[in-house]
Amino acid sequence: MPYICAGDPTLDLSRELLLTLEEAGADLIEFGIPFSDPIADGPIIQKASERSLSGGTSIDQVLNLVSSLRKETDIPIALMGYYNPIFRMGVDTFCQQAVDAGVDGVIIPDLPPEEAEPLLESVSGCNLATIFLVAPTSTSNRIVKIAELSKGFIYCVSVTGVTGVRDVISGQVSSMVSEIRSHTDKPICVGFGVSTPEQAKQVAQIADGVIVGSAIVKMIEKNLFDELSMLQDVRRFAEGLSKGVKEIIVP
Amino acid sequence: MKQTMPDKTGHFGEFGGRYVPETLMPALLELEEAYMSIKNDSEFQVEFDYYLRQYAGRPNPLYYADRLTEKLGGAKIYLKREDLNHTGAHKINNALGQILLARRMGKKRIIAETGAGQHGVATATVCAKFNLECEIYMGEEDIQRQSLNVFRMRLMGATVIPVTSGSRTLKDAVNESMRDWVTNVRTTHLLIGSVVGAHPYPVIVRDFQSVIGKETREQILAQEGCLPDQVIACVGGGSNAIGIFYPFYHDESVELIGVEAGGESVLSGNHSASLGAGSIGVFHGAKCYVLQGEDGQITPAHSISAGLDYPGVGPEHSFYRATGRAKYVSIEDDESIEGFKLLSETEGIIPALETSHAVAYIASVAPQMNPSQIVILCLSGRGDKDVYTVAEALNVEL
Repeated sequence: MPYICAGDPTLDLSRELLLTLEEAGADLIEFGIPFSDPIADGPIIQKASERSLSGGTSIDQVLNLVSSLRKETDIPIALMGYYNPIFRMGVDTFCQQAVDAGVDGVIIPDLPPEEAEPLLESVSGCNLATIFLVAPTSTSNRIVKIAELSKGFIYCVSVTGVTGVRDVISGQVSSMVSEIRSHTDKPICVGFGVSTPEQAKQVAQIADGVIVGSAIVKMIEKNLFDELSMLQDVRRFAEGLSKGVKEIIVP
Repeated sequence: MKQTMPDKTGHFGEFGGRYVPETLMPALLELEEAYMSIKNDSEFQVEFDYYLRQYAGRPNPLYYADRLTEKLGGAKIYLKREDLNHTGAHKINNALGQILLARRMGKKRIIAETGAGQHGVATATVCAKFNLECEIYMGEEDIQRQSLNVFRMRLMGATVIPVTSGSRTLKDAVNESMRDWVTNVRTTHLLIGSVVGAHPYPVIVRDFQSVIGKETREQILAQEGCLPDQVIACVGGGSNAIGIFYPFYHDESVELIGVEAGGESVLSGNHSASLGAGSIGVFHGAKCYVLQGEDGQITPAHSISAGLDYPGVGPEHSFYRATGRAKYVSIEDDESIEGFKLLSETEGIIPALETSHAVAYIASVAPQMNPSQIVILCLSGRGDKDVYTVAEALNVEL
């Protein structure tokens, strides 16, 4: 499950990247809505967000892009974005337009269950999954609550920290996943800091899905002025991730 | 009637709340619990009071500015002298309170954001005093504007970390300190310097700063035998303003006026008047007025004074504005320079550029008031740190 930021570096290329990732074996795309102040993100995704915003990407454009992509692919797409642009648009309007565009789920990293009521009200009765995050600091009580509110899957944040590439997978992931499993049957996907096929394979042994963001965004950044290499590098990398994961997880 | 704001989940009406990554939620809950336990603990209050008196130098005077009053020829003007506190601004009140709280929570490392550097200096000061590791995030642009404060922080053993992302000012320093906290939350206390951020920060900072208003209220009653007509303070994030406003909240006859930075001008778009010209959004963990575009991207703020250069504002101010309990106005960069000069020349007090905005506002309204009316200005900080900026604005070479 790869993450890319919509509009990084352009909306047209985001479309190409998304289709490439699907061909390379992705099972779901986490599609970022850029934000000016992404406090849960490390420098790699911050820069992607800045590139996208400097190109003028708006939330409407992201929804339009998903809508037009729906003519070509039905791969599940979850939008990942900070709350303010959604709040500004109107939570109800956003949810309605997301459903109309063909979005399957929404992940809002700065919206904990405590503040989620407007979102939950807006999605009740429409087909939009709300994916909440469990962190290494979450207590059992909170995990129960988060699992209850999550639809689609539960996003397990593997590190106490922001998004980014890391050398090793934190040892706590496996105990976190078992803890979450003890409270729910919903699928658990692990993200934050998973950056190589080996790490993805390792995580796949315990989780139902593996989310890779910064490592892919870094390849986009490296090839900003060479579209062809960008798409090739991303494809090759995603194929490697997918192969590693699928040896473990049988769909 | 005692005010019960915020509610149990940290909301002031529709404002406030906790819009943060899940990683931080347990830490905010832990902080809230720790704070609730000390809030009514007399031992803590005695300790806090001790340091406010013996270390920070409180209570500071409520000073009748007779020459300023005479010069403006209208309302009687009093100055609450927060500039006389140790470290030269109101920021020390909150820094002392939070450091005592962090010690009780067993935190070994303190991080903070700073704009003008006053909060950074206050934090570095209390960390030196209580021997805690201290790292201060400061925008690269502010580091240049406020080199004196950077040097002060370093002298006291703090590490100043330049922030190069975004607009390289206070907003980005806050982002970076929150990212650090997300990463090191188990060992680290984030010592927020204003009444902003997720619950319980706005209430913690308000309570620690409300010593300003409590003293002011007692002092004006003792000196004049009545309450003031107006209480005026500058507003960036809004901590000195809430500190002096809050104890007057239920005194309905007292008009509360916050002065925001109008920057180049509110119409130009280059300003920091989030209450005057912003709209409701979710920023740095709370619902509040914020400067933002149509699509919810935060717009960089601008002000000649680094301490006001912030696109958001505290949720409690947002609530006061929405309910009309306080009124918010703005003063532009060049007017603030006039305020800076005015107080220096009439009272021999060089105010911080932040405070100078409030001085300039008083200069514009006091002459129309009558001599029986009383206006109190929160003189939130001293202006030594700003002399280079002011010299530059006046084309003077130092």
